[in-house]
Amino acid sequence: MARYYTDEHEWIDVEGDTATVGITDYAQGQLGDIVFVELPAVGTSVEKGKDAAVVESVKAASDVYAPIDGEVTETNDALDDDPALVNSSPEDGGWFFKLTIADTSQLEGLMDEAAYQSFVEGL
Amino acid sequence: MRYLPLTDTDREAMLAKVGASSIDDLFADVPEEARLSGPIEGLPLHASEMAVERHMRRLSKKNLAAADAPFFLGAGAYRHHVPATVDHIIQRGEFLTAYTPYQPEIAQGTLQMLFEFQTQVARLYGCAVANASMYDGSTACWEAVAMAARVTRRKRVVLSGALHPHYAEVVRTMAKFTDDEIADALPSLQGTPDNDGLIARIDDETSCVVVQYPDILGRIPDLAAIADAAHARGALLIAVNTEPVALGAIRSPGELGADIVVGEGQAIGVGLQFGGPYLGLFAVRDAKHVRQMPGRLCGETVDAEGKRGFVLTLSTREQHIRREKATSNICTNSGLCALAFSVHMTLLGEKGLRQLAAWNHSLACKAADRLTQIPGVRLLNDNFFNEFTVTLGTDARRVVRKLADDGVLAGVSLGRLFPQAEALKDGLLVAVTETTTEEDIETLASALQEALA
Repeated sequence: MARYYTDEHEWIDVEGDTATVGITDYAQGQLGDIVFVELPAVGTSVEKGKDAAVVESVKAASDVYAPIDGEVTETNDALDDDPALVNSSPEDGGWFFKLTIADTSQLEGLMDEAAYQSFVEGL
Repeated sequence: MRYLPLTDTDREAMLAKVGASSIDDLFADVPEEARLSGPIEGLPLHASEMAVERHMRRLSKKNLAAADAPFFLGAGAYRHHVPATVDHIIQRGEFLTAYTPYQPEIAQGTLQMLFEFQTQVARLYGCAVANASMYDGSTACWEAVAMAARVTRRKRVVLSGALHPHYAEVVRTMAKFTDDEIADALPSLQGTPDNDGLIARIDDETSCVVVQYPDILGRIPDLAAIADAAHARGALLIAVNTEPVALGAIRSPGELGADIVVGEGQAIGVGLQFGGPYLGLFAVRDAKHVRQMPGRLCGETVDAEGKRGFVLTLSTREQHIRREKATSNICTNSGLCALAFSVHMTLLGEKGLRQLAAWNHSLACKAADRLTQIPGVRLLNDNFFNEFTVTLGTDARRVVRKLADDGVLAGVSLGRLFPQAEALKDGLLVAVTETTTEEDIETLASALQEALA
């Protein structure tokens, strides 16, 4: 399994031709208490860099962008009842959705963990 | 706020500061054809206060006011008695001049009032959650349609033919800017609404069915049957109520299965006010839909010391936060009209509302009985609350005009509401409230008999 990051603070775990997407620990810290997550419907085609989900904190709503093209195969229903999972476990239990990877070459432009860490430190 | 007019020197200083040479230069961004080139025709540049008062008094004498004549107009705006207490309370500065209650630390009074209002509307409508109000019934109706599209992700909107035509028009106007497809119809002149016909129009693409309750002809549709049929197809039922007093006598739309209940709250506390400002009511039966609701929502919470308090909540739905992705372009509410509603409703109480409703209904029955004694006048409705339709055997517009000239405001002709529907032109919609006296009913009956003779 390989993990990549985007400059919009999404993470993506790649396993075979499936990927899991969520938002980073840095992102949840910036948002504060998360009260609602709007996830895409299963079967939706998402496009790299375009809106795929919405995350709401007490005072703001932010778009979550798809890191790569793909079709949504599963969403994290646990977030319906407990959106705060994104705060407590952003890069594990608080995942957003899974998708089938349309084009693996799109992963090449993403950051690895070290690159993302230095990107965040520079913000 | 004092009004302090500007001097020419003030204006020059301000223009100089922003780098404009003249007022016209300041407004250079406004296309020239949209700008006034001189004074407005027929309007003097200035007049003394006394002269303006005299002029306005002369104009107002041309009106025949609701309180000065036997008055039977309804069709979505009703003349009810508003207790003097209502006006006294809403004039208090703390309410009258309060601004948006975004800061709960200083707006507990306004917030608590909104919370009480929402509670009253939710109970009246048989719903889980009501918002803090919308502009009026027709815009609330559109907001419900837009919400149904979000919930169902479908685009086909089925309007009952017996929905107030102005509400249908607002829905059609707003739908010009979305990709919703509006399927509308005309009402048929029969005693009972055509439920089967409406149900037959629901398909698997339908986002919602919009049904007025009581409907534009005063009839009470079978909401439960329509709700079941809509739900079987995965569509939502939107119930529209234009006369909240009716809900003191008939079962609430939420109880009968309506998913979204909207309406006009003007009848309680607000008064006719020449047609506005009015009060839109909006509620959802099931709290699971709360995040898809439009408008402002007030919630109960506790502060750091555990004391009960109120805040605007779930604001991320609204456009001041969510911008173009908001559930609605509205993130305000009709605060003062909502307060008037809430004060009047509090004075009535549940028992008082039931009594008021019973009184309205019994007077309406007396009026229907009396009018149908007139040769040529037929009652259309199998049932009604405080408003019913009679057919006159002749164009009702003409009759209404004649009676108005004789000082009787007889009702709203269907020809006025549905000018395109020749089949409805004999219909007259007659509304009766607690402000109607038996003498008024008798005056209407004799004038009508004379006009039809």
